[in-house]
Amino acid sequence: MDSQRKKVLVQVLNLVTSPKDRSSVSLVCKDWYDVERHSRRHVFIGNCYSVSPEIVTLRFPNIRSVTLKGRPRFSDFNLVPPNWGGDVRPWLEVFAAEYPQLEELRLKRMTVSDESLEFLAASFAGFKALSLLSCDGFSTDGLEAIATDCKNLTELDIQENDIDDKSGDWLSCFPETFTSMEILNFSCLNSDVDFDALESLVSRCKSLKVLKVNKTVTLDQLRSLLTHAPQLLELGTGSFWQELTPSQHSELERVFSNCKNLYAVSGLWQATALYLPVLYPVCTNLTFLNLSYAATLQSWDLAKLVPYCPHLRRLWVLDTVEDQGLEAVGSNCPLLEELRVFPSSPDGDDIVDGVTGSGFVAVSNGCPRLRYVLYFCWQMTNAAVATVAQNCPDITHFRLCIMTPAKPDHLTGEPMDEAFGAVVKTCTKLERLSVSGLLTDLTFEYIGKYAKNLEYLSVAFAGDSDQGMQYVMNGCPKLKKLEIRDCPFGDAALLSGLEKYESMRSLWMSACLVTMNACRSLASKVPRLNVEVMKDDEIGDDSQADKVYVYRSIAGPRKDAPAFVLTF
Amino acid sequence: MEGKAHENDLNLKATELTLGLPGRDEISDLPNQTKKRSPPADLKNEEGNPDAKNAQKGTAPPAKEQIVGWPPIRSYRKNSLQVNKNTEAETAAGIYVKVSMDGAPYLRKIDLRVYKCYPELLKALEVMFKFTIGQYSEREGYKGSEYAPTYEDKDGDWMLVGDVPWDMFMSSCKKLRIMKGSEARGLGCGV
Repeated sequence: MDSQRKKVLVQVLNLVTSPKDRSSVSLVCKDWYDVERHSRRHVFIGNCYSVSPEIVTLRFPNIRSVTLKGRPRFSDFNLVPPNWGGDVRPWLEVFAAEYPQLEELRLKRMTVSDESLEFLAASFAGFKALSLLSCDGFSTDGLEAIATDCKNLTELDIQENDIDDKSGDWLSCFPETFTSMEILNFSCLNSDVDFDALESLVSRCKSLKVLKVNKTVTLDQLRSLLTHAPQLLELGTGSFWQELTPSQHSELERVFSNCKNLYAVSGLWQATALYLPVLYPVCTNLTFLNLSYAATLQSWDLAKLVPYCPHLRRLWVLDTVEDQGLEAVGSNCPLLEELRVFPSSPDGDDIVDGVTGSGFVAVSNGCPRLRYVLYFCWQMTNAAVATVAQNCPDITHFRLCIMTPAKPDHLTGEPMDEAFGAVVKTCTKLERLSVSGLLTDLTFEYIGKYAKNLEYLSVAFAGDSDQGMQYVMNGCPKLKKLEIRDCPFGDAALLSGLEKYESMRSLWMSACLVTMNACRSLASKVPRLNVEVMKDDEIGDDSQADKVYVYRSIAGPRKDAPAFVLTF
Repeated sequence: MEGKAHENDLNLKATELTLGLPGRDEISDLPNQTKKRSPPADLKNEEGNPDAKNAQKGTAPPAKEQIVGWPPIRSYRKNSLQVNKNTEAETAAGIYVKVSMDGAPYLRKIDLRVYKCYPELLKALEVMFKFTIGQYSEREGYKGSEYAPTYEDKDGDWMLVGDVPWDMFMSSCKKLRIMKGSEARGLGCGV
């Protein structure tokens, strides 16, 4: 390719950012592949074992930003034993050598030790953004290293990690000369931070756009922080309950009314009707409201709040808001695109009514633009789900969790097959689906037949026979991730996906009926798959493969697999 | 389905008080659950066919049966709820409430969680402030005494204690005030 054409191509490619698009570009011809790989700045690796760091750095020499995901998703729910893997250290070592100019690292479900964080801080002089979601292995000591040594840090986003929270001292490690922070999220940490250090940090970082503090920060302290940062776009509050004097209360209202650019609010621990009104001035501009930690919020509290939030697009709540709360949402938030309802008592320790089909329908009636739904409930009906699908045909993510496993339709006692049938038939853009309730193979027949855009399917306590899974493997042309637990799918089901697994990211099957022999057979027939079985020593029967994790890989079998992971 | 079997009897089950969750009974239709400490192989019954519809209907499981990793909530969120429940008692409006009595020099504070029902609460108030509350009736309020127990609810309204179900009262009560004299009579003590 002549240099002129190359220049033009590079210019155009700079505007092409999605990994899928860049992948398509690279397949056009060898020249385009070459230009693409040199000009790529960000690489997304959905499964850290599908490729090796050496292969990545060889193909893409100029990467500045990496997203890396490790453990299978069911590890979030304790289904993967500890020390399974996903350690970021081997990646960091290669990156230190090949990408000294690395600026951003976003990790999900990886193991990150304090030493790794220290290594990171020492190896990349221009490092800017660190995001850790659902990771483990580190403590607040590691955060100290980041705060102390990353002089150009713009983003530190620590979310929902299992970490050793020793103290809040790490926050005090940002030097006085440090002013570059734009995104700071430490909401999942429990220790007190030095408030003076936090206040000073917020004051001197004039470009701060996102601030999410933890629950040890009080309302009055929040008031003080907001006076220094009225330019915030996203705010995660600390505890939203405190005995305030009337003047403190009105001062709090005043600082909120000064935050003219705020469009997202979260945190809100212990928020009640008493202090929620201080948010009213910002509510008109709010597009994202996360009330999923406001455990004391009742339906009437929400009903009072939502009329002030007509532009809401994303709402996360707990099921304590009940159907009446959701009715209020349906009546007041016509632009809503995403609703997540989390359970307040997932283990069933408290008797909680929560939300039902009625609330679900109420939201769908008022919010036809719904695209993303996550709904935890104790009961549901086929009719309600069918109505929701009818009202909201643009749904792309439908995750319904009826928390009692294999529960039938609450009114008719029938399986919930027709519910999910309605979803896949009506919501033609559906990309992600999680099913629950009592389901026969018919559900999977519907999924295989109609869910043509489905990429991600989660199944638990469902189906009658191998046929169920076979329907899915023979249909669903775009399937990328399939995770199954506690279903009667066996060897025939596993092997029915032979042709499909290389085009998928991964398959997870646990507590099903798969045997070791079938795993062996699959591995031998499809060489570029890693077929891994996690052995559980408590199970006497060696022929059963209790936890199976199958994924395509060009890196061969894992070199760091622990003893309990067998690779066929 | 199990539900239909009850159509012909008195359906006493519907009025039965249990500690279980709504819909809990359906669990007995399932194959053996994956219990917390037993291996998932228990999912299969003897025939090796854990068909949910054909599963043996065993005895109803204990009220708090935990399945590993279910429902699918991240442990961070679960732990957060636990902590919330522990601190909720101290910080949520309506659990520790101030109690004032007309004419008394200072207020008291009580923990509503300690009481299971209205009679217990009223008895405690009588002891604390050394007075007698009359007999409650829906029609006439507290008849037979100078006093009427009232409370401020979440909307800021002053309500007569006893009208709403106990649980609703517990979650909406912000403050208690024992009214005395003519004001008390105005609240329906009966003339």
